[in-house]
Amino acid sequence: MKAGIVIFPGINRERDMTIALQSSFGAAPHMIWHKDTGLPDGIDLVVIPGGFSFGDYLRCGAMAAHSPIMRAVAEHAAKGGYVLGVCNGFQILTESGVLPGALLRNASLRFLSMDCHLKVERADTAFTRQYHTGQTFRSILAHGDGNYFADDATLDRLEHDNLVAFRYATRTGTIAPEANLNGSARSIAGIFSPNLRVLGLMPHPEDLVDPLMGGTDGKPLFDALAAA
Amino acid sequence: MQTQVNESLARSFGLSAQEYNQMLAIMGRIPSFTELGVFSVMWSEHCSYKSSRVWLKQLPTKAPWVIHGPGENAGVVDIGDGLAAIFKMESHNHPSFIEPYQGAATGVGGILRDVFTMGARPIANLNALRFGSPDHPKTKRVVDGVVRGVGGYGNCVGVPTVGGEVNFHPSYDGNPLVNAMTVGIARKDRIFLSAAAGIGNPVVYVGSKTGRDGIHGATMASTEFTADSEDKRPTVQVGDPFTEKLLIEACLELMATDAIVAIQDMGAAGLTSSAVEMAGKGGVGIELDLDQVPARETGMSAYEFMLSESQERMLMVLRPDREQLARDIFQKWDLDFAIIGHITETGHIVVRHHGVTEVGIPLAPLNDQAPLYTRPTVDTPKQERLNPARVEDRLGLSRALEKLVGCPDLCSRAWVWDQYDSTVGGQTVKRPGAADAAVVKLEGLKRALALTTDCTPRYCLADPETGGAQAVAEAWRNLTAVGARPLAITDNMNFGNPEKPEIMGQFAAAIRGMAAACEALDFPVVSGNVSLYNETEGKGILPTPTIGGLGVLEDAASAVGLALPPWLDIVVIGATVGWLGQSLWLREVHGREDGAPPPVDLAAEKTNGDFVRTHILNGTIRACHDVSDGGILVALAEMAMASGIGARLWTHPRDIPGHAFWFGEDQARYLVAVPDHANFTRIAEAAGIPAVRLGTSGGQDLTLPDGGTISIAALREAHNRFFPAWMNDGTKKDTP
Repeated sequence: MKAGIVIFPGINRERDMTIALQSSFGAAPHMIWHKDTGLPDGIDLVVIPGGFSFGDYLRCGAMAAHSPIMRAVAEHAAKGGYVLGVCNGFQILTESGVLPGALLRNASLRFLSMDCHLKVERADTAFTRQYHTGQTFRSILAHGDGNYFADDATLDRLEHDNLVAFRYATRTGTIAPEANLNGSARSIAGIFSPNLRVLGLMPHPEDLVDPLMGGTDGKPLFDALAAA
Repeated sequence: MQTQVNESLARSFGLSAQEYNQMLAIMGRIPSFTELGVFSVMWSEHCSYKSSRVWLKQLPTKAPWVIHGPGENAGVVDIGDGLAAIFKMESHNHPSFIEPYQGAATGVGGILRDVFTMGARPIANLNALRFGSPDHPKTKRVVDGVVRGVGGYGNCVGVPTVGGEVNFHPSYDGNPLVNAMTVGIARKDRIFLSAAAGIGNPVVYVGSKTGRDGIHGATMASTEFTADSEDKRPTVQVGDPFTEKLLIEACLELMATDAIVAIQDMGAAGLTSSAVEMAGKGGVGIELDLDQVPARETGMSAYEFMLSESQERMLMVLRPDREQLARDIFQKWDLDFAIIGHITETGHIVVRHHGVTEVGIPLAPLNDQAPLYTRPTVDTPKQERLNPARVEDRLGLSRALEKLVGCPDLCSRAWVWDQYDSTVGGQTVKRPGAADAAVVKLEGLKRALALTTDCTPRYCLADPETGGAQAVAEAWRNLTAVGARPLAITDNMNFGNPEKPEIMGQFAAAIRGMAAACEALDFPVVSGNVSLYNETEGKGILPTPTIGGLGVLEDAASAVGLALPPWLDIVVIGATVGWLGQSLWLREVHGREDGAPPPVDLAAEKTNGDFVRTHILNGTIRACHDVSDGGILVALAEMAMASGIGARLWTHPRDIPGHAFWFGEDQARYLVAVPDHANFTRIAEAAGIPAVRLGTSGGQDLTLPDGGTISIAALREAHNRFFPAWMNDGTKKDTP
């Protein structure tokens, strides 16, 4: 599995993502500049990390969705390639139509930087194989616009097709309003594409891959990808 | 259409009659309007430090690990592994009152530039915030705007905000303090300085375009506020953290080459101060053509170009054969890049605009003959020591504790931290609230930095010399309490109007106290900033010499936090006499702010701290918290709330009243959790270190020596209540 990280101007979690990918993959990911029109040869996994692409002065991710590289990313996804979008990366994937829905302002209207807990909805994907279904793990939120929104028909379809990847939960795994920190529809923290090859999520598993930083709850996601 | 320069115009620009005459003597003629602008900002308090320089010289600035002390854009210290830490703290007080969001945001942006301009990648931000009384009608708006501004800028540039402090006092009602600190890392053989060199070398402008914002911000920061100060909003700059992020990446990319001769950010007084300082430090001249400066709007005058404080701009002197290489890098990042002049041998700053010479000033006298005042000082009268036996124990232990942990100055700051990205970069070992100092690891290495900001302004008002020493000692203690070796500090001196002898007396005494502490603790000052005239309608702030401390841990894994583990013995290190003067207990329980503040025994600070650090690093101490505001019992409650583990406490020594023992604020003390108190206290006593066992951890309650019991859940409830309720905020919090 060969990974590449797309760098848009204003992206700022590419270093965190590099550390996480390197620790699971054993090799450093390729850095892909947003003005490039194609992906480097042999890339299996495209990662769009967190940050504030183009400052996010417009809707988050709206500018980046129109960068030249996004056409290649969409083609890669359409051909069944793996794509992981975290935080701003998730926003960019929804803005570019690779994943459905949108990320609105947090319900509190404030930036949130804190631990959260995620409940794994299905463990039979390349991203979640090293968790088990129903398991709760800890992750880190750091965003102002992570409130997942889609119309009811889309939400129903996501649930019917079992494409919800993670939901915000209490530490013990209960889906409850007080655990849904940003106010997301149906507590959705991350979703898959229909072929289960694209994952977008708001929390940062890449920031919990080292016990020194407070835990390794995010590491199974990268370990699973490395083995895919 | 040039305005005629005369003494009355100069006075309206903030120059005194004497300074006006000095300027005429240097120029030998009536200066142009733009030249007057240059003199007035360069000689403003903000840029010239004319009231503070004589005192700042007393501060110790040297140690074997200091690479660059005060005088550069930021201080530089050797942290091992061939690396240097570059750091500084700077105030953005005046703009933050006028326009809280942008004032705070651009404060963060400015201090980031001071650090990356020297070649460092910023790895951490901290901020020390002081606000007016929560009851004052404006405070809520200022808190909201400042916190959003700090977060808005820091979160976007992707530098984690890992620590700081928030306090309230009515003296800040009209003058909140926003002191922002940035820490960066560079290879110690790749430090970039600002002294220009190389006759004929190009002077290059990069970053954002210049607009009419922030004109004369430095002058605004050098006067008191009056009722109409909010009309000064146009003097506040507007921040663009996205451009700053690009500027960081582009500058660091260029700094990996050999293209840069000198570089400086355009901060206060913009193009004027960066050009004057770079050429002045290099002993050369500089010639600028304003027609080449990227402008955001049309029709700007030379005066406006030179005085604009538009953000996210840098000035560089390049090697002439590296122009294209540099241009390519900035174009890649979509940033403006313009050659706006060159270095000359004239020793003058010459500025042309539309073919007309607007400025021609000799640099040496502009810098060397800058005003320097030894203003009159009056000592603060000493207050009497408060006898604790004569202060009634009004609430008992458990009710007083609940009140203290819930008061605005001691309650949980989570509402604030939760709006700052503290984990970006993936190296944050101790996040806000986890330990006495933030701990940030260096990427790819075991080594980590410990960072803190500290000051106890109420001590400084009561006795500025003791307060100055205490601020330095507490910073040193907080670094020590995580196991770090303290290396150096940056200071941010926030005071009132220096033309008042009692204010200048506070300043001089605080410096004396700080100097003594720096000397005794081998903890030099390597950078700093002075903010005077923090007064509104003649009412000054509490003297606030904020200290930003930096220490190093050879192994990030050896850092300890303050969360209390179960089934350990709790021991207090350091002598307790039960000092209640100026304590928070006295203020919150009795509504009194009086008495002498606790004395600072620097020898005890050193020996107690060295002992604690040794026993953290050898693994004996499992958790550690310095004893400060609120005394032992508050410190213990904070440790218990952090982990959810309670404790059972023994009775206190009989010769001290209970409330004084548990809430007194004697200095040089630490609470530590150790597995075997008998062995530990024996070693301490053998080393001459006071060590008293207070109790044992375990359970979910705090069982107090007077028989009272308070659950950790109840303590947390009291602790977490204030901020969300006060801000009327519906933010939900999942308690970990």
